[in-house]
Amino acid sequence: MRDRLGRPPALLMVPAALAALLLLVPLVAMVASTSWADLPGHLTSEVALDALRLSLVTSTVAIVFCLLLGLPLAWLLARVDFRGRGALRALVTVPLVLPPVVAGIALRSAFGRTGLLGEPLLDWTGFAFPFTTYGVVLAHVFVSMPFVVIAIEGALRSADPRYDDAAATLGATRWTTFRRVTVPLALPGVVAGTVLGWARSLGEFGATITFNGNYPGTTQTMPTLIYVTRQADQDAALSLSLVMLVVSIGVLIALRDHWLGTP
Amino acid sequence: MTAQLVADLEVADRVRAAFTAEPGEVLAVIGPNGAGKSSLLHAIAGLVDVRGSARLGGTELLATPVRERRVGLVFQGQLLFPHLTALDNVAFGRRSRGEDRRRAEAVARDWLERFGIAELADRKPRELSGGQAQRVAIARALATDPDVLLLDEPFTGLDVSVQMALRIELGRHLRDFPGIALLVTHDAIDALTLADRVLVLDGGRVAQVGPPAEVAAEPRTPHVARLVGLNLVPDGDDLISFTPDAVTVSLAEPEGSSRLRWRGPIATLAPHGDAVRLLVHASPDLLADVTPAAATELELVPGQEVWLSAKATAVSRYGAREAGR
Repeated sequence: MRDRLGRPPALLMVPAALAALLLLVPLVAMVASTSWADLPGHLTSEVALDALRLSLVTSTVAIVFCLLLGLPLAWLLARVDFRGRGALRALVTVPLVLPPVVAGIALRSAFGRTGLLGEPLLDWTGFAFPFTTYGVVLAHVFVSMPFVVIAIEGALRSADPRYDDAAATLGATRWTTFRRVTVPLALPGVVAGTVLGWARSLGEFGATITFNGNYPGTTQTMPTLIYVTRQADQDAALSLSLVMLVVSIGVLIALRDHWLGTP
Repeated sequence: MTAQLVADLEVADRVRAAFTAEPGEVLAVIGPNGAGKSSLLHAIAGLVDVRGSARLGGTELLATPVRERRVGLVFQGQLLFPHLTALDNVAFGRRSRGEDRRRAEAVARDWLERFGIAELADRKPRELSGGQAQRVAIARALATDPDVLLLDEPFTGLDVSVQMALRIELGRHLRDFPGIALLVTHDAIDALTLADRVLVLDGGRVAQVGPPAEVAAEPRTPHVARLVGLNLVPDGDDLISFTPDAVTVSLAEPEGSSRLRWRGPIATLAPHGDAVRLLVHASPDLLADVTPAAATELELVPGQEVWLSAKATAVSRYGAREAGR
């Protein structure tokens, strides 16, 4: 702990250490109190496997939609000058700071059986999002999209726009430039945004349970399963949580080159 | 298709310039930093907002989308696509214009060969030296068969020996190039060796246009005078230019009635060939060459006040205003 500018003051070091402990102790405690003998049984129960499968599938489908829709939106925000760009960027950020349970209510208002879009949709097709796996995906997309858009927009912004100029002088259309220059140059950021969004989907709880309830096999994802299991079986909830912790750490490892280590 | 370029361009707060260029001609654009050289090129390429007109044959370039302009721009710093190989970089333009991959790559390979770097085809830009990357950048611009080739300081940042080699090579390619080439440079050698005509920009305006020899002999801006190593002094409606070795340095006020004398402190002194070159903060700044023996004898050091004078027969006098283009 040597520093050319002098000893770090206790006034800063003590709170810093407390902050680190506050973040670490619960995770350590969780791992420590896991009942390892029961772990295999908890994880291979049918309901746990169903929830894990559903979580992986919905998060993956959701992130595909986030990319298909979010990458163009990020490009629009990063590369096209238009009135209201700042306002649009602010709007995109709103779901990021919105309490997830409020996001669930908002989705109800739009896509619920009597919602703004949900009602005509139900009338025309007989289909409604709530309480279905589609609804889970919709909630995931709503909650994860801002992460994807903001992360990718940042990556596109930090890629030198003069490469786009160079492509244009060589005769490339904007679509060709997007496909062959802009996205490949921002690829690390695009990947990071995608993984981040996927992790956010995987952990989604509030919006999903508010919009879709908690039906095993169709809308019960890992977070909702952990929540209901905890009321009956603390040990099983711990085992399931451990799986989520492992997945989260896996995401961190996947991201370490892009997010960690770079100041 | 080759056609004359007739341009009258204004980039707000940067440059305002009217000029023409003929097919096959190399027009060098020189001037100090901030004179608007790059802005001028970017305006023709369509990368900055510009007012005015730039007619290429029957086409108004300014009304044409960037990608349809048939203008090849070699950027300062090259801007090779870092994720593509040298070959893919050079083939990029033709593929973007709809040519199939095989044909585009064949043409690209041919260009790499012409620049003597065919063996580097599969390298990424970060695996190329500065000179190699610049060759790829020029090949990339030429591979699209542009009507106008714009070169933005193509030798900046390269080693001197690499600059020399590339300058000779570029000269050869420019002689073969049927279109118009605009070469932005801050190096007098580029302008003198590569250009058919020189356009001098100063403070966003055209200060002088003419053949390189004429511009070098009768510079109209302090910048060009400095580039070619001449002293330039305004004298009424005239300009007077003279070489540093035509300047006599003395500690006492020179005798005689010549008006060609100035006084000021020595700013720097450095070896220059067989002589010692002084930069003197007179008004304006002047260069003077003295022999090492004279420098020692006069005990010349920075900060010392000296008198400079020039014989009227050793200077060249011409009108400050240009007669015509």
